[in-house]
Amino acid sequence: MSPSAARLPLLLMLAWRNLWRHKRRTLVMLFALVLGIWSMIVMAALIRGSMEQQVEKEILNLTGHVQIHAPGYRDDPAVEHRFAVTPELASALHAKAVVAAGARVRVPAVISSERESAGVVLVGIDPQGERGLSFISQAVTDGAYLSAPDDPGLLLGRKLAERLETTLGRRVVLMSQDANNQIADRGFRVVGIFDADPQALETGYVFVGLDIARQMLTIGKDVSEVAVMTPDRKRLEEIVASLRAAAPGEDVAAWTEVEPMVVLMEKLHNVVLLIWFAVVFTAMAFGLVNTLLMAVFERTREFGLFQALGMPPRFILGQVLVESLILLGIALLFGNLTSWISVVSLKGGIDLSMFAEGLEMVGMSPVMYPALAAGDVTAANIIVVVLGVLASLYPAWRASRYVPVEAITRT
Amino acid sequence: MDNTVVCRHLSKVYRQNTVAVEALTDINLEVPKKDFLCLSGPSGSGKSTLLNLIGGLDKPTSGEVEVDGIALASLDKGALARLRLERIGFVFQSYNLIPVLTARENVEFVMQLQGVAAQERTNKAMEILKEVGLSELANRRPGELSGGQQQRVAVARAIVSEPSLVLADEPTANLDSKTATALMELLVHMNTEHDVTFIFSTHDKLVMDFSRRLIKLHDGQIVEDVRRK
Repeated sequence: MSPSAARLPLLLMLAWRNLWRHKRRTLVMLFALVLGIWSMIVMAALIRGSMEQQVEKEILNLTGHVQIHAPGYRDDPAVEHRFAVTPELASALHAKAVVAAGARVRVPAVISSERESAGVVLVGIDPQGERGLSFISQAVTDGAYLSAPDDPGLLLGRKLAERLETTLGRRVVLMSQDANNQIADRGFRVVGIFDADPQALETGYVFVGLDIARQMLTIGKDVSEVAVMTPDRKRLEEIVASLRAAAPGEDVAAWTEVEPMVVLMEKLHNVVLLIWFAVVFTAMAFGLVNTLLMAVFERTREFGLFQALGMPPRFILGQVLVESLILLGIALLFGNLTSWISVVSLKGGIDLSMFAEGLEMVGMSPVMYPALAAGDVTAANIIVVVLGVLASLYPAWRASRYVPVEAITRT
Repeated sequence: MDNTVVCRHLSKVYRQNTVAVEALTDINLEVPKKDFLCLSGPSGSGKSTLLNLIGGLDKPTSGEVEVDGIALASLDKGALARLRLERIGFVFQSYNLIPVLTARENVEFVMQLQGVAAQERTNKAMEILKEVGLSELANRRPGELSGGQQQRVAVARAIVSEPSLVLADEPTANLDSKTATALMELLVHMNTEHDVTFIFSTHDKLVMDFSRRLIKLHDGQIVEDVRRK
């Protein structure tokens, strides 16, 4: 057996036994490390979960994963920026990679009750096509959802209904500009009241049947947009490319282009996570360095003895580093385990409804669902190991630099 | 005759703030292979300093030390550690053992660093522990052993790998005369049968009686170098 191979078990044994020489100190340090790792991973899961919720909510709030518009619509969502769904596009929308797709008419309008009026976005939808595509099919809490594209009814947000001082069964008038730049108006009976999160959706949108909207705006079979949902956001680029090929003259955009603020928020969250990791790790590193330095200083004579007996300095350095690695390894094991238990036990969500108003202002849901991302867990583990070893280098270096005779005679 | 140790014009000056304390002055010494040498002298005469310089645990202020023909000044820290590992055994006056290892593991320690196979290590360790009368206590940690028992474990560790040189600072301290005699007989056996060179630093007359060469130090200088039959 080579000396190096024979030394390894010795190194591990010395490191392990030295670690438990002062059980209380090691346990306190372990507790601090586990707490730090737990807070890194659980906080990451909460932030990631909240971010995922925001993204999912944004996607369900009429954005979808991909949107197709006529060129210019995104800058000016007026009736003249419309397009026809060609057979090629219709065929592409039936591809396996598309789980839901729906055509919409979506134009600015004014809604009036007998008492009040308000500016809104008129959304003409195919009620069946909208299932699984946006929030509206699940959001009607009073009355009924639209039954067909030619359903003459209208869905109104609860908040807007209050503002217009109208209610279920009453009539309202929608007014917009038609394809000929003439004012188009039509009376609708309110057949359903919907609740939405955020409440801005309740005041900003009204939903009518797609065919009724087309008739009102005299746009034939044209649409303002087609929204598409995919089973896997990772395949977004592939789907966007296939839809672009099917609709070469139109503006095909992924949700990341349509909602750049959400993407920005996602990046901001990542930065917040990194800062959190850095803060927690810095606190842990001070504890780790302190513990190891204490262990090194109180074993000065022992390190002198090691050198006198012929232990190479790099082996002494290795021994302190292995002690640190064992400590970090145990902490990571329990840190990851407790984090996983915490996240699983919080699967039902954390109810923050008492802060609902404040949370809504920043676009957050009152119930927070943690989401454990493999990338975050890996990042936390790598940061702890790599920086932990770096933090241990100084105490280890100190231990390996003692002059044997000075170390042995130190009292 | 081959020399295990050669010291030429060896001096060591310790600086305590602005005061220079001369611990050794111009020591010239040749220790032939298989010598059984005892350094004696009052406290502060330079015995331990000389042992430390010979063992490469400290650097001389001037002069040079050779062990088995290797000039210690030419070696870096790692090479010095290797030389100690392969050629020198140490017995210190106090704090000799590694507290987290058992007596057997302490004895095996140097062999493990040398890369000796586990079974061979254990056999040798148990054999030498038997010779120093501690085989029953092989699995006890230093904290569970008396001072004398610890000292015997340290001696066992120093000689188990049969180094060419053993440096022992007060090896019989804490031992009763019967145990000390048995220990010295073991060291004589190692010296005669395995060609191990011994240099002791001691106040103990028993050790002096066993040694074949007696060097007296006074104020850092050799004042007497007597070879005995």
